Amino acid sequence: MHFADGAIPADYMGYVRRKHLWILGGVVVLFLLLIVSISVGAVSIPPYEVFLSIVNGIVDRVILLLNPGTVLNPSSTDRIVWNIRLPQALAAIVAGIGLSVAGVAMQSILRNPLGSPFTLGISNAGAFGAAVSVIVLGTGQMQSTVADAVVLNNPYVTTLMAFIFCLLATAVILLISRLRGASPEVMVLAGVALSSLFTAGTMFLQYFADDTQLAAVVFWTFGDVGRASWQELGIMAFVTAAASLYFIANRWNYNAIDAGDETAKGLGVSVEAIRDIGMVVAALVSAVIVSFLGVIGFVGLVCPHMVRRLIGDDQRFLIPGSCVMGGILLLASDTVARVIVAPYILPVAVLTAFLGAPVFIYLLLRGYRR
Amino acid sequence: MILDVDGVAFNYRSASVIRDITFDLRPHQVLAILGPNGVGKTTLLKCMNTILRPKAGSVLIEGADLLTADRMEIARKVGYVPQRCEAGRMTVFDAVLLGRRPHIGWDVTEVDIRIVEAAIRMLSLEDLKLRYIDEMSGGELQKVSIARALVQEPRVLLLDEPTSSLDLKNQLEILGIVRQVTTEHNVAAVMTMHDLNMALRYADRFILLKDGVIHAAGGPDVVTPETIEAVYGVPVTVERYNGYRFVVPLEPESA
Repeated sequence: MHFADGAIPADYMGYVRRKHLWILGGVVVLFLLLIVSISVGAVSIPPYEVFLSIVNGIVDRVILLLNPGTVLNPSSTDRIVWNIRLPQALAAIVAGIGLSVAGVAMQSILRNPLGSPFTLGISNAGAFGAAVSVIVLGTGQMQSTVADAVVLNNPYVTTLMAFIFCLLATAVILLISRLRGASPEVMVLAGVALSSLFTAGTMFLQYFADDTQLAAVVFWTFGDVGRASWQELGIMAFVTAAASLYFIANRWNYNAIDAGDETAKGLGVSVEAIRDIGMVVAALVSAVIVSFLGVIGFVGLVCPHMVRRLIGDDQRFLIPGSCVMGGILLLASDTVARVIVAPYILPVAVLTAFLGAPVFIYLLLRGYRR
Repeated sequence: MILDVDGVAFNYRSASVIRDITFDLRPHQVLAILGPNGVGKTTLLKCMNTILRPKAGSVLIEGADLLTADRMEIARKVGYVPQRCEAGRMTVFDAVLLGRRPHIGWDVTEVDIRIVEAAIRMLSLEDLKLRYIDEMSGGELQKVSIARALVQEPRVLLLDEPTSSLDLKNQLEILGIVRQVTTEHNVAAVMTMHDLNMALRYADRFILLKDGVIHAAGGPDVVTPETIEAVYGVPVTVERYNGYRFVVPLEPESA
């Protein structure tokens, strides 16, 4: 069959260009927001100095890399930017991207608009893992100062337990779907069941916990992007980048699955394999983020929907768009969380829904735009 | 022969659905698979592009065995139009472009765009190109679905009840397109159908399924009052009008 005589349609190419501009615009907004986010806080740093400090820091690190042993003498601004605010802002961006891309993939895989790391109980499983670590293994402790009230004796054990339980939840869901055929409904329902199970488990443990442990668990459960060190940030960034690339590489397969399983199969897509692998990748990236930062709700669920409202369901634009939107939403939430009740700093999870929900409802009411 | 189906059988667990299905098809031919609900028409169609893997038999397309080919390879040879397709927030152009999936490497090329544009023109969808498919009518959606299968550049088109939810005008248009495509693009088409008169008007080969096996197969002359009554259990007469054959059900008392 030959259709080679078709022309290149200018209107369609213009349409594609507009979608790309939306995403590019998002990247610019994200970058500006990054500067603003770093500049505000207990010590206010003008945006221009933030920019200089970032450039300086990069140059310093390159010099250090080329001539090990060079003694650097960072200014106090550089210290604030590089030791505190930049890692926190980048953690917000990375976590936002990771949770959002996991959400968009799960919504497609599960054929369900409620798909997100939370729907499947992955986050609750992580919280349960942390509770087991703190209460059963005794890794939690409390201090009396207001800031940093709780210290986790051994944060890595808590992280590791959270991670293990996240993966355990994913394994159970995949196992159930294997036994019953990998239908999206089965996966969603299994996730709902697991979510309740782990929540009940956490409550059970909390009931028998002393107040120190209880505080430690609650503290852990509040997702906070300020927890990440540069090293942890590196791990999260690597996993998030790998997962995002995987989903972008499979954008055509997800588009095909969105058109219906039979259509997808007719188009040469191995639907069950794409579903299973996609679930594992999405679960992995959520598990890494949840175990390092705690439970951050709403981002994974809502960012993809915001992007759907702005640029439609086409995964070619939806996946990168959700990444950008996830970064923007979580970074904006974190920035607000750091200044809204200054000098106290709220964990970002408290604010994601406050900031995201009104925007989301506004977009729902306004409908789609072309 | 463009399509060779030999001894195909399929069963869910122990319940046999179809068995011993053997037929072949040349380019330009349109085959209608007829039979009552639940007789295995759709199952047979799905076996022909291995959405369901036949438990026995073989399906050859231009001599190449589909059962040993991988999914992408099959998708380059067989286009499948399912009975219903999900309509998301996607433009018509993108929905059709999806049909290039079996040919796309990392990204679409200019060739893909040109092919899609030509298919859209062929199905008179130009004015709807940038419309979202979740705002379209059933007939328009069916055309998008067919355009998507066409840009796969298949050798064989499979259509599962392509006219089941369409009005008269759309039925004629869709079946006319199937007819036109098979002639102009040198392919064969297989469709499952319920409307016997539409089948007689647009198909030139017929298979009547009864209890999962072929009851009658061949040209229009196999559609007789006897075969129809045997397959559907309804007494009919076959009349001619304007060169077309029409199946007219008889009143039970006059049978």
